[in-house]
Amino acid sequence: MKEEDIFEQLKKLIVELLEVEEGKVVPEASFVDDFGADSLDFIELITAVEETFKVEIPDEDAGKMQTVEDAVNYIDLKSR
Amino acid sequence: MTNRRRVVITGVGAVTPLATGVEQTWQALCQGKSGVARISKFDPSGFKTQIAAELKDFHPEDFLDNKKIRRTDPFIHYALVATRMAIDDAGLVINSSNANRVGIVVGSCAGGMTTYEKNFLALREQGPNTVSPFFITGFIANMAAAEVSMVFGARGPSKCVVTACATGSDSIGDAFRLIQYGQADAVIAGGSDAYILPVGIAGLGRMGAISCRNDEPEKASRPFDRDRDGFVIGEGAGVLILEELGAAMNKGARIYAEIIGYGSNIDGHHVTDPDWENQAKCIVLALEDAGVLPDEIDYINAHGTSTISNDRTETKAIKAALGEYSGKVAISSNKSMTGHLLAGAGAVEAISTILTIRDGIIPPTINYETPDLECDLDYVPNVARKAEVNTALSNSFGFGGFNAVLVFRKFTE
Repeated sequence: MKEEDIFEQLKKLIVELLEVEEGKVVPEASFVDDFGADSLDFIELITAVEETFKVEIPDEDAGKMQTVEDAVNYIDLKSR
Repeated sequence: MTNRRRVVITGVGAVTPLATGVEQTWQALCQGKSGVARISKFDPSGFKTQIAAELKDFHPEDFLDNKKIRRTDPFIHYALVATRMAIDDAGLVINSSNANRVGIVVGSCAGGMTTYEKNFLALREQGPNTVSPFFITGFIANMAAAEVSMVFGARGPSKCVVTACATGSDSIGDAFRLIQYGQADAVIAGGSDAYILPVGIAGLGRMGAISCRNDEPEKASRPFDRDRDGFVIGEGAGVLILEELGAAMNKGARIYAEIIGYGSNIDGHHVTDPDWENQAKCIVLALEDAGVLPDEIDYINAHGTSTISNDRTETKAIKAALGEYSGKVAISSNKSMTGHLLAGAGAVEAISTILTIRDGIIPPTINYETPDLECDLDYVPNVARKAEVNTALSNSFGFGGFNAVLVFRKFTE
């Protein structure tokens, strides 16, 4: 999957689960600071990412993802 | 005892199988409409009982945002919507100056069973990582009260009562005490349950507690009638705003009625079989608490489940508590129409009771066709009755032997 496609699909999940306006989902946006995600929000998002992209994300890796770009890069790497 | 403060009801909200909203529910109750039908939430084929009183015209999205709906259980949706109605109705403003004096006592019998069932199935079928991070917070029974606090800002003394079918009445009773004894000036009180799901219907069916009159759903709930065969499970929520009299009057609140007594005890007898002697004692406790005599009671909103055991025991208890006067008091069961809302029952029935006081109309016990010889009181059969009601009781009796009786009175200064 191309990086742009990963970004688009991830954007959909973020809009749906975190109730963020589409325009605010940019690569440098932070889950906590920009989207106001709390720990439960983040777990729900990670679970949805695992299902959508068919990847497994260990907790220690999830903990390192701070921005949308971090997540896209991680999914890209894992799904190769 | 003389220092107890007076407590009045200033707002009401209800989500019931008859309607979403108090006035619509009240009209349906007075018209004798049944809210029972074939179950639509899941395919009940293969279940002994295939009927229930499900909510109609309930659209949580009209009241709550998507995220809240997705992350919480239906029993929490019902509680939040009923609370919104009750707060608006009371004109209760909760802000930083009074938040600590506004309590919450919103109970539930079963909590988020829908959430539990969904996550349990996910665990078994797809493994532990598919269990939602919102499973626990959607399931535990106290989260309706917690969500009420988060959404509406009340921060006073708060709890979740869990006393089976007595939950709604006990919640109102506890709220009454919090205000009487000065721990709160207003309390959001009520109960909510969403128990119409496969495991719930199967469990109640296996107990033999619920009606199997699948071919005549509207006639299934028939309290005090000889041919009844169990209660009908319903769902929904009722919420009342109780306020200290002085505070209510100062802000010019409309007062529905005064709550003047509460009795609470437990049978110590059997898991499901009720005990008339302790139920009678509970009624007497409530009368003593209110300082009223049996012949001052104009109406009893019965627990009236439509099980043989409840209806006969409750009849016997009323006779024991009120003596000869019991033959003169009007008694009716909302559950003949709403089904049994579990924790919502006591709360919705309290609302119905105070509207009876307000309007002078006693809603009927519908489907009463053939008397049961052991149930020989005046159950206001089938048609609503006009009557001046100044003082009324509302009974609730729960599995485990939990008894709760509330006393309401027309408000006069």
